[in-house]
Amino acid sequence: MNLHEYQSKALFSEYAIPVPAGKMLDSLAAAESEIEQGSGPRVLKAQVHSGGRGKAGGVLVSADKQSLLDAARRLLGKRLVTTQSGAQGVPVEKLLLEPACDIERELYFAVLLDRASERIVMMASSAGGMNIEEVARQTPEKIIRIQIDPAAGLQAWQCRKMGFALQLQGDAFKQLHKIMFALLKLYRETDASLIEINPLVVTRDNQLLAVDAKINIDDNALYRHKNIAALRDIHQEDEREAAARVFDLNYITLDGNIGCMVNGAGLAMATMDLVKLHGGQPANFLDVGGGTTAERVAEAFKLILSDDKVEAVLVNIFGGIVRCDLIAQGIIAAVKDIGIHLPVVVRLEGTNARQGLQLLAQSDLDVLTASDLDSAAEQVVKAAGGAA
Amino acid sequence: MSILINADTRLICQGFTGQQGTFHSEQALAYGSNLVGGVTPGKGGQRHLDRPVFDSVQQAVDETDANASMIYVPAAFAADAILEAEAAGIGIIVCITEGIPVQDMLKVKAVMQRSSARLIGPNCPGIITPGACKIGIMPGNIHQPGKVGIVSRSGTLTYEAVFQTSRAGLGQSTCIGIGGDPIQGMNFIDCLQLFEQDEQTRGILLVGEIGGNAEENAAAYIKQNVSKPVVAYIAGVTAPAGKRMGHAGAIVSGGLGTADAKFAAFEAAGVSTVHSPADMGKRMAELLKNE
Repeated sequence: MNLHEYQSKALFSEYAIPVPAGKMLDSLAAAESEIEQGSGPRVLKAQVHSGGRGKAGGVLVSADKQSLLDAARRLLGKRLVTTQSGAQGVPVEKLLLEPACDIERELYFAVLLDRASERIVMMASSAGGMNIEEVARQTPEKIIRIQIDPAAGLQAWQCRKMGFALQLQGDAFKQLHKIMFALLKLYRETDASLIEINPLVVTRDNQLLAVDAKINIDDNALYRHKNIAALRDIHQEDEREAAARVFDLNYITLDGNIGCMVNGAGLAMATMDLVKLHGGQPANFLDVGGGTTAERVAEAFKLILSDDKVEAVLVNIFGGIVRCDLIAQGIIAAVKDIGIHLPVVVRLEGTNARQGLQLLAQSDLDVLTASDLDSAAEQVVKAAGGAA
Repeated sequence: MSILINADTRLICQGFTGQQGTFHSEQALAYGSNLVGGVTPGKGGQRHLDRPVFDSVQQAVDETDANASMIYVPAAFAADAILEAEAAGIGIIVCITEGIPVQDMLKVKAVMQRSSARLIGPNCPGIITPGACKIGIMPGNIHQPGKVGIVSRSGTLTYEAVFQTSRAGLGQSTCIGIGGDPIQGMNFIDCLQLFEQDEQTRGILLVGEIGGNAEENAAAYIKQNVSKPVVAYIAGVTAPAGKRMGHAGAIVSGGLGTADAKFAAFEAAGVSTVHSPADMGKRMAELLKNE
């Protein structure tokens, strides 16, 4: 789960990590009064779950009240389209207004899980403000990494190593030590999967300040963080993906025209790949899960059909613990219940597959059946109007 | 022989009397696994599925000489269950549970790294040696004793691989689902090492997916250390960057962990790759036609 910048900064404050004294504004009236009351150079930032916000016009630094007011009116209640948001963009429902700071240098700092070492790592770079992935590709030597030993935890020498490498001195050097310990505590106590500060600013008077903040939380751990779970902003998420979560379905929207319903995440990805190999384009990733029931099949169909790009549906179920005859009954009920008018290709394999296929064949539904992966993919691509 | 488990494996189930534990223990018994008992704290002394129930894994080990455990406890308690099994000296710990917080697994991993026990999973279908012992949620009937060792990060995609190798008449020596989480027990290399040493295993089918660099490491290992034919398939060519594809570990981030990069790593290591999931069994059969 992603947190907004203002939510992340509130958590930073709780852990004594320095952030600008900002104010979250969730209405135009609040924004207008706050902008009118204050003075001096300030930063107005759209609160959205998407990178590339600055380039898309979602951030304004200005000392001019009128410019800030104009930006607030332009942003609030609109959708911001960034390079990462997709063409439909993300809604801007909240703004963050902060005093601008005097920037001496911009650093990058992150805490994340390193899968290779299976440890928490801290990563920093003196090339702050930039796209860190670019830095990693072009000048990997500019990135400093520190591994956290699970038993010993963070050590003071590691903070010094980081401080020297970032060429910090005096107050900022000492602050980094405190910030690193605070970040690790925050990371562990909130079950974060990523904390990113880009940039971590060194001000003209040599203080460190987290000018941006991004926190992602491990979804699997939300059960033990009710206060954080309550921060979820579903308006920032794809509508269908949010609806899917309610039914415990794993759904991700893609750009193609062939809807896919599969049990198991690996097989679901493999099915998408196979559709592509046969010249088609998958419209979604959808894992209906291991314990698939008729109801879930029906919900999954509704979800797939709510995407009007979809021109044909491929159902690929490998019955293990779930029985294919039950799945077939679910498909028949769903097709009758919600009235599916698109071609549906069904491939059933595993437990009771033959009975399942027989049920489908005997029904008066216009469902195409396939006995193996290849022919299923071929049929559905053809049904959707042929190879792209 | 097979790897890790066989007809002599003495199995217990943690979360034995729960709904999942009960169902899959019944399935394991029906398959012929030597399930010697189970653990549910607070229900020690009872009998369930005609097997003894114990309060702790240590009691179960003391009474039954169990050497393997399958874990079906909810995610919030699963890390604790793994660590209890490790402390009791269980050699093969199979954790099926999905959704364990990453930070819980970091703690488990720190213990497992200095343990002689082997952890399979979590978030995995389990391990099966066809005809001898089934530990997990896989459908037993699609397996056949045979010569292909299968190792996979997925569940149903593993069944697909099993199904195809059975249909091709090859059968399987042992199949291991190592799980789809970012922090896990046994990895590809651990399994490859065992399959390479196992006489029954003539060929190895490796099923990977996007995210992390386990496949790249496996490719490098195979090039140096594996003499048996290996077929590799990677799921997720069409997965968009930055999206988690169901499995917690299946995410392409920062241009790393893509299926293309993983295919390239295997091809550079001389591993036979298939780009269609429908071709896994066929390719294995071609490579083993002289066996």
